[in-house]
Amino acid sequence: MSNSASLKTAFFSALLVLAVAYPVLGLKLTTVGIKLEVQGASPAVLWTICGAAVLMFVWQLLRSRLSSLWATVPELPKMPGTASDFLTRPSTQRWIILALVMIGLVWPFMVSRGSVDIATLILIYIMLGLGLNIVVGLAGLLDLGYVGFYAVGAYTYALLSHYYGLGFWVCLPLAGLMAAFFGFILGFPVLRLRGDYLAIVTLGFGEIIRLLLRNMTWLTGGPNGVSNIDKPTLFGLSFERKAAEGMQTFHEYFDIAYNSINKVIFLYLVALLLVLITLFVINRLLRMPIGRAWEALREDEIACRALGMNPTVIKLSAFTLGATFAGFAGSFFAARQGLVTPESFTFIESAIILAIVVLGGMGSQLGIILAAVVMILLPELMREFSDYRMLMFGALMVFMMIWRPQGLLPMQRPHLELKP
Amino acid sequence: MSRPILEVSGLDMRFGGLLAVNQVALKVQEKQVVSMIGPNGAGKTTVFNCLTGFYQPTDGVILLNDEPIQNLPGHKIARKGVVRTFQNVRLFKDMTAVENLLVAQHRHLNTNFLSGLFKTPDFRRSEQTAMEFAAHWLEQVNLTEFANRPAGTLAYGQQRRLEIARCMMTRPSILMLDEPAAGLNPRETEDLKALIGMLRDKHNVTVLLIEHDMKLVMSISDYIYVINQGTPLADGTPEQIRNNPDVIKAYLGEA
Repeated sequence: MSNSASLKTAFFSALLVLAVAYPVLGLKLTTVGIKLEVQGASPAVLWTICGAAVLMFVWQLLRSRLSSLWATVPELPKMPGTASDFLTRPSTQRWIILALVMIGLVWPFMVSRGSVDIATLILIYIMLGLGLNIVVGLAGLLDLGYVGFYAVGAYTYALLSHYYGLGFWVCLPLAGLMAAFFGFILGFPVLRLRGDYLAIVTLGFGEIIRLLLRNMTWLTGGPNGVSNIDKPTLFGLSFERKAAEGMQTFHEYFDIAYNSINKVIFLYLVALLLVLITLFVINRLLRMPIGRAWEALREDEIACRALGMNPTVIKLSAFTLGATFAGFAGSFFAARQGLVTPESFTFIESAIILAIVVLGGMGSQLGIILAAVVMILLPELMREFSDYRMLMFGALMVFMMIWRPQGLLPMQRPHLELKP
Repeated sequence: MSRPILEVSGLDMRFGGLLAVNQVALKVQEKQVVSMIGPNGAGKTTVFNCLTGFYQPTDGVILLNDEPIQNLPGHKIARKGVVRTFQNVRLFKDMTAVENLLVAQHRHLNTNFLSGLFKTPDFRRSEQTAMEFAAHWLEQVNLTEFANRPAGTLAYGQQRRLEIARCMMTRPSILMLDEPAAGLNPRETEDLKALIGMLRDKHNVTVLLIEHDMKLVMSISDYIYVINQGTPLADGTPEQIRNNPDVIKAYLGEA
């Protein structure tokens, strides 16, 4: 850009700053006698506006020169290719996950109750992330209403426990089945849709579930939700201070003093168990024909059809399986919380779970674990800045997409090899 | 004479005001190589799309072994043994060559969820058989050494061969090849010719071929259909087609 042109741009930009500041900051021009005066602002504000205008002027004037300077600034350090490759290799990941599980088993006995509680929450999100990963990462279907299945799972347990007094371990598979059923009946009509359309329909589904739960007051208690849901038991041993009729408590059975942390640790271990089951199932799925079919379908649906594979059935299986894991996570959530309300299942939850999947690297299991830790832990660590939480969230997302658009640890599929 | 495996009559395909395929009729005998030729835009690929269920034909009857298939969806037609390749190769590019072949066997595999989950002997056996079948065909198309390479990194000619091998995984009775020689060099075209011949003679596959390479078409076809502007122009043996004045006119223009 020539000098005169950039001078002109700079001048107009500065003028624009003044023009915008006038209405935005609520300044007022009034006539006093024959003079015009600015009202509604302290001198400090006026000086700031002038300063901003000058800054804008200088910035516009020097912009082209600055941007050429900017280009010489070294780029953000990238993860070296070999390290990234090593970390994402399935064999490495298996060992890392194994190590994490070992740590996860010992860890709760050494830290405070609060930490264990947060870790349990993280485990729930890992489960949700892994479940959604089947749908989004493996089968390539964008599902924005995943929280709907989570809600179905949670309410299945809450209502069965409330009305029929059924225990957690009975309801866990039921909740999974129920969520799978919902996934199936939703998936059947909508899976002919592609990409964006599917995203919108699933988004609607999530909201419908939430509104149903909110408005079917006679069944779900409406906005108040269902409370006093039983906690899981260990082979019939309760972790409460006083056992219900006909039950025994953990501390009485083992003859130790009652300590509320036992309950927290137990919940944590149950969550860990559920995550391990999820990991195992997904690992097997990747190596099964259906896992290959998902991958193939994500790459080229038309070719799949030409080979006699029914795309609807394959997508439906991914959708239903993903929903099942949300159902498991939901029923555990209800058990841990002891209370479910429709407000726990808003769209933002879906967004967070999706963010975990994308941030971790679609399809990658270790990546998702890592991302879930980051996404849940960061807001907890930065409680003092809770007002700016969403801002930081956004900034983190933008930064990640620039730095590593493929996610923290992108997926490397376990390849089946032909051995000579 | 062998019996007709595929019979098409009065096939129409209309896109709005455009009649892309007009009263096309085909009769494909079992274990033959039948070619469909015609100038660009003549509607050959549209006919293919109708036959394989990617389009629902506006009118007409398609009989596969005397059974109408014209309104079935694509995957059902494929399951009946009519499998196709695409003009622009459609492999699963991020998957390895051998995985491409495994995916194509999806329907013949043990897809039971629980047996896969717990790796039952039955599941292992099914995977093992699939792997052997894939290895067998990789050898047939000369790609064994590339088995573990991502399909997208193969050379174009290799990709074309892999696509044919992938079709063979579904154990088809009719193989439809859409311009398989496009983009191949003369040597690769020779290989392709040998491969098609082998499919017909050794594996009892009926081949329906769209091709522009006249040398290939004339040398391998048992029967040829010529289509021009969506309308059948002529049909006959290669010899008859070569000497048909209408065909010459359509290809070279009027003198």
